[in-house]
Amino acid sequence: MERHFMDSQTKGVSTGTTILAVTFNGGVIIGSDSRASIGGYYVSSKTINKLIQVHDRIFCCIAGSLADAQAVTKAAKFQISFHSIQMESPPLVKAAASVLKELCYNNKEELQAGFITAGWDRKKGPQVYTVALGGMLLSQPFTIGGSGSTYIYGYADAKYKPDMSKEECLQFATNALALAMGRDNVSGGVAHLVVITEEGVEHIVIPGDKLPKFHDE
Amino acid sequence: MLEESSEPGWLSEEVKTGTTIIAIEFDGGVVLGSDSRVSAGETVVNRVMNKLSLLHDKIYCALSGSAADAQTIAEMVNYQLDVHSIEVGEDPQVRSAATLVKNISYKYKEELSAHLIVAGWDKRAGGQVYVTLNGLLSRQPFAVGGSGSSYVYGFVDAEYRKAMSKEDCQQFVVNTLSLAMGRDGSSGGVAYLVTIDEKGAEEKCILGNELPTFYDQ
Repeated sequence: MERHFMDSQTKGVSTGTTILAVTFNGGVIIGSDSRASIGGYYVSSKTINKLIQVHDRIFCCIAGSLADAQAVTKAAKFQISFHSIQMESPPLVKAAASVLKELCYNNKEELQAGFITAGWDRKKGPQVYTVALGGMLLSQPFTIGGSGSTYIYGYADAKYKPDMSKEECLQFATNALALAMGRDNVSGGVAHLVVITEEGVEHIVIPGDKLPKFHDE
Repeated sequence: MLEESSEPGWLSEEVKTGTTIIAIEFDGGVVLGSDSRVSAGETVVNRVMNKLSLLHDKIYCALSGSAADAQTIAEMVNYQLDVHSIEVGEDPQVRSAATLVKNISYKYKEELSAHLIVAGWDKRAGGQVYVTLNGLLSRQPFAVGGSGSSYVYGFVDAEYRKAMSKEDCQQFVVNTLSLAMGRDGSSGGVAYLVTIDEKGAEEKCILGNELPTFYDQ
């Protein structure tokens, strides 16, 4: 019991969460659940949006302390739009991820948040970057994060294929989120998915009762 | 945060079978599977341990948690089952074996830290799988346990179907073990499988390089 009290006093509101980003043929899908909790046993918001748009074709999603994540993404959003005005062209996804990485690395003692950045740019097409807690930046074809991601490592490893179509990728991301939300008590609510392609950005929300069900439900 | 430790882990750390174990029922029997890694802190002290322990001819248990605790429970129950089966004059029921394990786990729950999954075949109820975590007794169509199980909850939730054949179950177990061993630092080595049906128990060992590989391997 003592441990729980310490959690809520020291950690504050945290997005115990499930986030993921997956590239497919022609774009990238970034997704998350919508629950924010305090200490792991009180849901402080059922419908929080963890997918933050930092530029026209670049989104990032947050895991960890909600306050830290919001502060960092606000600073990053400003820096990225300033950078894109200076460059007179849309920013590269890598540039956006680097901005987040710099903020995380330089403030690693105080911050407790990790990010996934995903988007599309003209140079390299669809990309996914993860910025881990200490400020490591890594590019991957797909990535999962947050407390709920532990439960879907096996599923993601087994089911991911490179060069999926948009529908296959949507199914993969929805299933992964549904499975994680089913096992992690600090992930839940609705599933938010954003599909980013050269043409534009499409936001899909899947309410809890429309999520895929598995054998024991 | 930097600590100098000149003493190797295995001198001071407790020996754990940080592990992945799984058991699944099919019509006519059960399949049990486990990895083979035993760790003491960061050191692997045994890379080929068989964690599927015999409790009776057609009843096995899968060990996880503290290696010493788990082995001791299995040996005690093996002895108690032998006595019991002589007293009743026939093969013991799987439920009896599971109850004996549960009794020890519950009575000594403060001192012990081991989780055994009990599975087998008897003529009353066919193939059965029981979980005995922390002293509860519950029959389930399939069960996963050990540190590696967290990573494959999503996979088993998605892939399990009712009424799988014996071969499907064996493939399911091998796939699950392979995925968990790929992500969990405390699971690895070879995969041990035991298939139990009316005719008896068949043990099998699958070497590391014969395990199924997935996308990034």
